[in-house]
Amino acid sequence: MIKILASRTFFKAVLIFNSIIVLAPVLFLINSSLRETNDFARTPMKLARSPYWQNYKDVWAGGNFPIYFKNSLIVTGGSLIVILALGLGAGFVLGRYQFKGHGLILGFVLSGMLVPAKLAIIPLFIQLKWMHLLDSHLGLILVYSSGALPAAIFILSGFFRSLPTDLDNAARVDGASEFQLLMKVLMPLVRPGLAIVAIYSAIPIWNDFFLPLVFLQSPEKKTIMQGLTAFFGEYASQWGIIFAGLTIAALPLVTLYLILSEQFIKGLTAGAVKG
Amino acid sequence: MARAGIKREQNKYAALLLTPALAVIIIFTSIPALTTLSYAFFRWKGFQRLGFAGIENFQRLFNDPFKSYFYMALRHNVLVFIAILVIQTSLGILVGYALFKLKRGHRYFRTVVFLPVIFSLVIVAYMWQAMLDPFYGPVNYLLHSIHWDGLAKTWLGSTSTALPTLVFINLWRWVGFPAIIFLAGFNSINTEFIEAARIDGASEGQIFRKILLPLLAPSMTIVTILTFIGAFEWFDLPYVLGGTNGNPAGAIDTLALMFYRLSFGSVDSGANEIGVGSALGVLIFTIVGVGATFGSRYLRSREVEA
Repeated sequence: MIKILASRTFFKAVLIFNSIIVLAPVLFLINSSLRETNDFARTPMKLARSPYWQNYKDVWAGGNFPIYFKNSLIVTGGSLIVILALGLGAGFVLGRYQFKGHGLILGFVLSGMLVPAKLAIIPLFIQLKWMHLLDSHLGLILVYSSGALPAAIFILSGFFRSLPTDLDNAARVDGASEFQLLMKVLMPLVRPGLAIVAIYSAIPIWNDFFLPLVFLQSPEKKTIMQGLTAFFGEYASQWGIIFAGLTIAALPLVTLYLILSEQFIKGLTAGAVKG
Repeated sequence: MARAGIKREQNKYAALLLTPALAVIIIFTSIPALTTLSYAFFRWKGFQRLGFAGIENFQRLFNDPFKSYFYMALRHNVLVFIAILVIQTSLGILVGYALFKLKRGHRYFRTVVFLPVIFSLVIVAYMWQAMLDPFYGPVNYLLHSIHWDGLAKTWLGSTSTALPTLVFINLWRWVGFPAIIFLAGFNSINTEFIEAARIDGASEGQIFRKILLPLLAPSMTIVTILTFIGAFEWFDLPYVLGGTNGNPAGAIDTLALMFYRLSFGSVDSGANEIGVGSALGVLIFTIVGVGATFGSRYLRSREVEA
């Protein structure tokens, strides 16, 4: 009994220690973002007694920060629409229909999950240039969609396959078209799958800076994570402003995560965890 | 008659719904991936393709000046893979098991454990750059305040500490991921085994070693393979903290950074070498592909059925 209690205390201590390590830099970041730079430089470890909101105003008012933010919303949102719309259709067909070449197509889709986009970056660069999609949000959206679609189709076809076939027959007997069957009957039932796909795709896209780094050049087109690298150089040693910028960039996902942590964890580990 | 009608409509829908998705994948993934392969066998001048080169680009990669960079970067990737695999997996099992054992506060701890995974690596990198700053950073401040001044180093600035520091930052960002996968692994284990062992008088330690750990093998396979792929494509963290050259003095250079430099030109030389870059890309892809395929086959064969 004592031994069990002792081991329970040990594991509790592990988790508390983990919490401290995880939260310390985050709290340091938020605290420092609310302090005037000179004040921070003098005593880096002090608490922000009265929040110095000017840092946030400076970030938002000076430079391209709001534009970067808006661009990230456009690119992430646009990619999500393409991924969900095309993934839903393809997932429906591969999960619900039996036809010649079914296995071949599914195999092809799965092979798309193995290609690391980074290593195909030069041909992609030349190809986008040729298609006049370089330095454009649409080009970036299509590349992101292409990267996320294989996993999206794989996850969604699994959800479609798990639904009873009686649903289709009943709907067809009632005179529903295939399109109505998909949109009215089946789509509401695969909503959890759509949520997983949305999270699985949106987070890496919002967080990515590699593809924008290569594909976007105009300052007014840059995304927030790409913009941060420029921002960090621009405001070198103006710590208060830098910390405020980092906090703003992290805020959307952290807020969503705190509300929907279960779905986030499920979404991001989808594929790695069975069932 | 009605059946044939449905079948025909289904075929129409199948084509209509599959085509856009497949087209996007083919145009923006398959074609570029296959083209990369071909690029490695051509001579290049900037972004202009010249004549067929055979295996010349691969030969150049294994000769100076590229050879020394290649082996140094490869060494870093291998070291990082081993360090992350050993430390991150052990910590992941520890934290995952702690979560599994937890009775109350489950939701809070799980949320905190996984939190760093949702941060962009750009934010993680800059946040830790601030934490480890020699003048303003809390880490050295703490070390000085407990009079461990010798330990207060310029973590990211010196060649001896840069790579281990990056591994640490990577751990901070990722430990939650294997922890959650292992938690799911523990949860999927049939509790009857554990109960039976307990009735037979097995200690908690014995249950963990003899029952839980072997049955965790499927999760271990997944974590190992993902770590392998991640380690050999390691780019974001070294790039944000060390630039295209993996500074200080190439101490955090990786294969992916070298690939990027060759593709788009480094800061100091400016010129790019698409042929050699593509050869390196093909090589990285081969290492990752072959390693992941055979690795997972080997690891799967060692798994026990639950």
